[in-house]
Amino acid sequence: MYEWDFSILWGYRWLFLQGLGVTVAFTAATIAGGLTIGMTAAICLLSRFRILRGIALGFIEIFRCTPVLVQLIWCYYALPMIAGIEMTPITASLLALSCYGGSFYAEIIRGGIVSIDVGQSEAASALGMPPGLAMRRIILPQALRRMLPALMNQSILQFKNTSLVSVLAVPDLVYQGQIAAHDSFRPLETYTAVAVAYFAILFPLTLYVRSRERRLGAAR
Amino acid sequence: MTAKASMIEIARLRKRFGQLEVLKDINLQVEQGGVVALLGPSGSGKSTLLRCMNLLVHPDDGTIRVGETTFRFGRSMEQLKAKSLAAFRSRTGMVFQSFNLFPHMSVLGNVIEAPIHVKGLDRKIAIDQAMAQLEKVGLADRAAQMPDTLSGGQKQRVAIARALAMEPEVMLFDEVTSALDPELVGEVLQAIQKLAADGMTMVIVTHEIPFARDVADRVVFMRDGYVVEEGPAREVIDTPRMDATRTFLSHFHRVGDRTSTATP
Repeated sequence: MYEWDFSILWGYRWLFLQGLGVTVAFTAATIAGGLTIGMTAAICLLSRFRILRGIALGFIEIFRCTPVLVQLIWCYYALPMIAGIEMTPITASLLALSCYGGSFYAEIIRGGIVSIDVGQSEAASALGMPPGLAMRRIILPQALRRMLPALMNQSILQFKNTSLVSVLAVPDLVYQGQIAAHDSFRPLETYTAVAVAYFAILFPLTLYVRSRERRLGAAR
Repeated sequence: MTAKASMIEIARLRKRFGQLEVLKDINLQVEQGGVVALLGPSGSGKSTLLRCMNLLVHPDDGTIRVGETTFRFGRSMEQLKAKSLAAFRSRTGMVFQSFNLFPHMSVLGNVIEAPIHVKGLDRKIAIDQAMAQLEKVGLADRAAQMPDTLSGGQKQRVAIARALAMEPEVMLFDEVTSALDPELVGEVLQAIQKLAADGMTMVIVTHEIPFARDVADRVVFMRDGYVVEEGPAREVIDTPRMDATRTFLSHFHRVGDRTSTATP
């Protein structure tokens, strides 16, 4: 019979906290990067130029349809060999995760934009607004409000996906958990603690997204 | 040509959507300060024609002149630049059947949006002008409200004020009372009537025949992409010459009966 002993975790508290900090920072950075990439890709998808649409579609499908783990490894090990681009594990992780998240954000943003009634852009053009201005002032503010729940959902996934950066020895929460597990010979306790930390952060967020979705539904 | 200069001049205009030819050789002039009502059954091309006048729809062939700006369409057509299109549209006001107010902005926000961001007007001046426009349509006290708290008639009057805030040379109205409850139609028509009295050049697509008869000085009757009949409003509505016009009008209004009201 296995004897659970969570008291050993206290000795690793700073390690965990450091890891958590890295995880949160990585999430924030890749959400920002992902949104930038996603917005760019979404605008390209809606472009009237076929080349831009093709490039955006290719990019999105490559990153949407392959495992993040492979993308991480590929960015770090294969890019230097093929393209001669050397990156630190952190840069490679940021790049891969931003592209992965961005490919999903792009579809959400594109969907949000096309869901806005065409009368809105007609009214904007009729008032003399050039397309870019109409997008920024009229379409996007409405679309963003509508897609917020979906964007937050994707960001929650993004938070969990950062756990994969441990394969490149980026010291996030999971990586530090591994170290603590090897050190203490108590993998079950340490991984449980890691899971609890993820849950403690994400559960309130999912509740918030759900209430937000309800309010949005009621507003319609 | 009459002595008054024409504000809108449309010549040999054609437009097709796929196989369907919706405008077939349209020629039309609207003089400065003139009010033209476009009548006709649905699918006759009147809304498309109206949308061509501010290039929300690009014609395939022909020319359109509004004020001093001329656009030529056809094979030799140069690519229209988004900037010059936008500048042109800022001088033609348009009001839509479905209002198309910006739901994320207050009534005032809707009206000052284009003057500030398109014309580059100072915010304070834009607000003053917007309040004056809202005053004209009787909604100055609603400036701070959001559009979804307004009735249909109020929304449409805000849309009129929003278009007027750009100080357009012409106003285009696209079936602006068709989405309204019957009891709200009057307030919108009144606002348009006031504009006509102020001397605004207007083109009005409408199914309100008595209104067209009252407010328009000319009526253009369209069917199947052609102008079937055209002339002084009272003459065309009271004594139509063409069968098509007569048939259409008989749905609304007994020809020659001036006291009847439209009950479509």
